[in-house]
Amino acid sequence: MVLEILGALIALIGSLFLLLASIGIIRMPDTYNRMQAGTKASTLGSLLFFLGIGLGHSGLWGKLLVLSLFVLITNPLSSHVLARALHFIGKSPLLVGYDSRDDLADDMNQMEEL
Amino acid sequence: MADFIYSIAGSIALLAFVISFYRIIAGPELADRVVALDTMTILSLSGIVFLTHLLGRMIYIDIALVYGLMSFLGVIAVARYIERGL
Amino acid sequence: MIVVYILLGLMMLIAAVAAIQMRNIVSAIITAGVVSLIGSILFLLAGAPDVAMTEAAIGSALTTVIFLFAWSRITEQMKTDKKSSEHDSEGGSND
Repeated sequence: MVLEILGALIALIGSLFLLLASIGIIRMPDTYNRMQAGTKASTLGSLLFFLGIGLGHSGLWGKLLVLSLFVLITNPLSSHVLARALHFIGKSPLLVGYDSRDDLADDMNQMEEL
Repeated sequence: MADFIYSIAGSIALLAFVISFYRIIAGPELADRVVALDTMTILSLSGIVFLTHLLGRMIYIDIALVYGLMSFLGVIAVARYIERGL
Repeated sequence: MIVVYILLGLMMLIAAVAAIQMRNIVSAIITAGVVSLIGSILFLLAGAPDVAMTEAAIGSALTTVIFLFAWSRITEQMKTDKKSSEHDSEGGSND
């Protein structure tokens, strides 16, 4: 009973993180900012949500563990691939004047020189 | 008590699903829509797991596994199309 | 529960109308994938897990990838056609 209520509270915190991710999706001004808000917050929120459901429902542990590992691996990976593709088609971030380091472009220039 | 808090959590996840659906419709360009699709996938995974708990049928969680795998494939394909064509 | 059905159905309808109204083809493909996603959740709510799994695998992922592949091939073909026709017209003017 205590475990169920603890799991429910953890699931509630996770769903608040999911709500934060979606608010970031609609409120951020730029594609890179939207990607960052949407992916990181939704990864943490879904992991907390799975943990909460697993605490309340004890028969689901194995598959929830596999699903959590899967989300933990694939969600940052897909975000990274998408950001890399956007960088290579020449889409510049919005706040580029504040910090204009571009390590990926420097690395690509070095590779072209070699 | 616990079921009530679980219901609130599921409702908040559904609200987040609806909010990020707005970005699919109104996104000014392709990349915004892909990002919103990625987030909606994660939200729907959470929703399917919540439905598994709510309806009490263990088989539903397999759909979450299949859906996670397949949507990852879709996002990778779209990113590759953006980068250099499929 | 009926509110969730109505909400998801309305979202599916809006996504379908947006998919046929959109100017960019790839955006339309992605929006059609969203229609499949919401349809899969509706099948799950209606108590059909096997249909939902098929919809999630085929409708949402495989159709998107195949449409993208076909659209990529079509644009490549259009580019080569335009290039060869320009080449032909240049050759014709030289003659």
